[in-house]
Amino acid sequence: MMTSFLFRAMDTRAGIFLAIMAAAIILVPAGNLLAPEGSAFHVPNYAVTLMGKYLTYALLALAVDLVWGYCGILSLGHAAFFALGGYAMGMYLMRQIGTRGVYGDPNLPDFMVFLNWQELPWYWYGFDMFWFAALMVLLVPGFLAFVFGWFAFRSRVTGVYLSIITQALTYALLLAFFRNDMGFGGNNGLTDFKDILGFDIQADTTRAGLFAASGIALVLCFIVCRALTRSKLGKVLVAVRDAESRTRFLGYRVEHYKLFVWTLSAMMAGIAGALYVPQVGIINPGEFAPANSIEVVIWVAVGGRGTLVGAVLGAVLVNFAKTWFTGALPDIWLFALGGLFVFVTLFLPKGIVGTVSQGWTALRQRKASAAYESGSGDPPSAPPQSPGAPANVKHSNRAPVTAEPQPAE
Amino acid sequence: MARASSLLYLDGVSVSFDGFKALNDLSLTIGPGEMRAIIGPNGAGKTTMMDVITGKTRPDSGEVFFDGNIDLTGEDEASIAELGIGRKFQKPTVFESHTVWDNLELALKAPRGPFATLFHVISGAEKKRIEYLLELIRLGGKRGDLAANLSHGQKQWLEIGMLLAQDPKLLLVDEPAAGMTDAETAETAELLKDIANDHSVVVVEHDMVFVRSLGVKVTVLHEGSVLAEGSLDHVSANDRVVEVYLGR
Ligand SMILES: Nc1ncnc2c1ncn2[C@@H]1O[C@H](COP(=O)(O)OP(=O)(O)O)[C@@H](O)[C@H]1O
Ligand SMILES: [Mg+2]
Repeated sequence: MMTSFLFRAMDTRAGIFLAIMAAAIILVPAGNLLAPEGSAFHVPNYAVTLMGKYLTYALLALAVDLVWGYCGILSLGHAAFFALGGYAMGMYLMRQIGTRGVYGDPNLPDFMVFLNWQELPWYWYGFDMFWFAALMVLLVPGFLAFVFGWFAFRSRVTGVYLSIITQALTYALLLAFFRNDMGFGGNNGLTDFKDILGFDIQADTTRAGLFAASGIALVLCFIVCRALTRSKLGKVLVAVRDAESRTRFLGYRVEHYKLFVWTLSAMMAGIAGALYVPQVGIINPGEFAPANSIEVVIWVAVGGRGTLVGAVLGAVLVNFAKTWFTGALPDIWLFALGGLFVFVTLFLPKGIVGTVSQGWTALRQRKASAAYESGSGDPPSAPPQSPGAPANVKHSNRAPVTAEPQPAE
Repeated sequence: MARASSLLYLDGVSVSFDGFKALNDLSLTIGPGEMRAIIGPNGAGKTTMMDVITGKTRPDSGEVFFDGNIDLTGEDEASIAELGIGRKFQKPTVFESHTVWDNLELALKAPRGPFATLFHVISGAEKKRIEYLLELIRLGGKRGDLAANLSHGQKQWLEIGMLLAQDPKLLLVDEPAAGMTDAETAETAELLKDIANDHSVVVVEHDMVFVRSLGVKVTVLHEGSVLAEGSLDHVSANDRVVEVYLGR
């Protein structure tokens, strides 16, 4: 059962992606640790951390693509799950500081001493243990998503309304985490981390290790998403995306499907946040900013909604551009991002990966028909269909019919 | 017919939208294995009646029972489908970005929960059943095509195929011949008659030639209630029916 489930995850596109990821996971740390400085193969420290950060963003984008690209749930609040995972990891890292803080208190993080707190709040218990924090990285975003989804999906909140309440969710958390008496460091958040699992968090080897961990987490989540979207469940998700009411009349309990992917997706976002925090060295309420969640949606749209690989590509490309712009032309970045989104919406509605794979299919079709007409080869068969077809992709070179979502009458 | 021996039993069902009575004290009984044609002018409430039966619309008053004793007014769409009521919509509604094959696979009678579908591996029997249905709805050659690329008539047939794949006890078929050529309409009538051999079917249709070729009992709806019932010849002879419907 499990093997056939995973076997489904593989095809050429997934293979190429996994090969590139494997190369990056091995070569980037090797180039950083083994190649001498000044060598052409040397990867500088800052680049390792930067790329590690991109990989966590890519994982976040993957999580958004799972719910948006395949199930039509446009989440504008996924950064909330990312930040919650980040806070869970941040709490573990804070507890690892021990007596090395400015106040040297063995029990309380600096900000609590500063606030004159006498003892550790109950919800900080257990975060000195890595396994507990790791569990919370999954459970806290997962639980919040489950409760949120339970109410939203059961009441059949969909479309724009759902997107708006996801924004409200992340905004409410932003305000809550800003408050000092929440016990998460308020405005400043959690920072000044010293080590993780006993390794110095600043050390080159730790940074390389975190990069590799981010890469591996991305690969594992990719395989899970891939297997899931290519299973019958994935087909049901696409059915929900395209004709939700029709799916209900077939006997599928749509809210259960939504709740399942929504919760899973939130957990993946949590993992991304947990890997992000040790690499950037800080987590503060700014991560809950509503604009962050919107940016993630732009990454996915640029790369190609409903393609998984596209989400990863979009996240890496847009963030690479962001890094470049904020260095070279800091004032322009937001305009560039807005412009990019408008451009993609107007001219590349399927995103980069969607457009390329459509072109590829059309090209092969044309070659096949050319070969057939010139008397050789078999008649062209129908283009290969992927079960979880990318959103709105038109495979046909015949009647240009749009696969628009349509309400059941 | 008594409720206990009926397959579908509607009694005194009323539905209003903003004060407008789409169904007005509608009573209707379908027996097990029966095929029934429902006719009536536009806006008579035919589609609304199907909405009530399938859980899309809650009636303001009245009783709806399936299989004699299952109260449908308390169930939602998914559980009504699971009970064995399948529906074809007036506007053909198939999953456009899925292939014809996948549309049928999704409709196929099988456990509907997320964990069941996650680990589902299609069985030989299921493949055979899909092959059989593809043959029946004449879409064998289009199995790999996206449903979006089918013609209107083909979508209608695909939806009928999906309905059969569910293997329901009762099929509700809303205007299956709409937008079809005469030849297609005739074929659809044959197909439905075939289906009626081992299913109960309620067909809503405007096309009189189509209804005549079905040769079954007809119920005429008008302004949300039953105007006449009987053979097509019988209802055609009814003055009121002629006045509101046939005469036009
Ligand atoms: N959701 C709705 N809201 C308001 N009016 C509706 C709704 N559904 C149907 N109606 C009205 O109810 C009447 C019956 O509609 P319908 O059942 O679709 O008729 P038919 O299928 O017999 O042509 C029509 O006048 C229609 O405008
Ligand atoms: Mg109608």
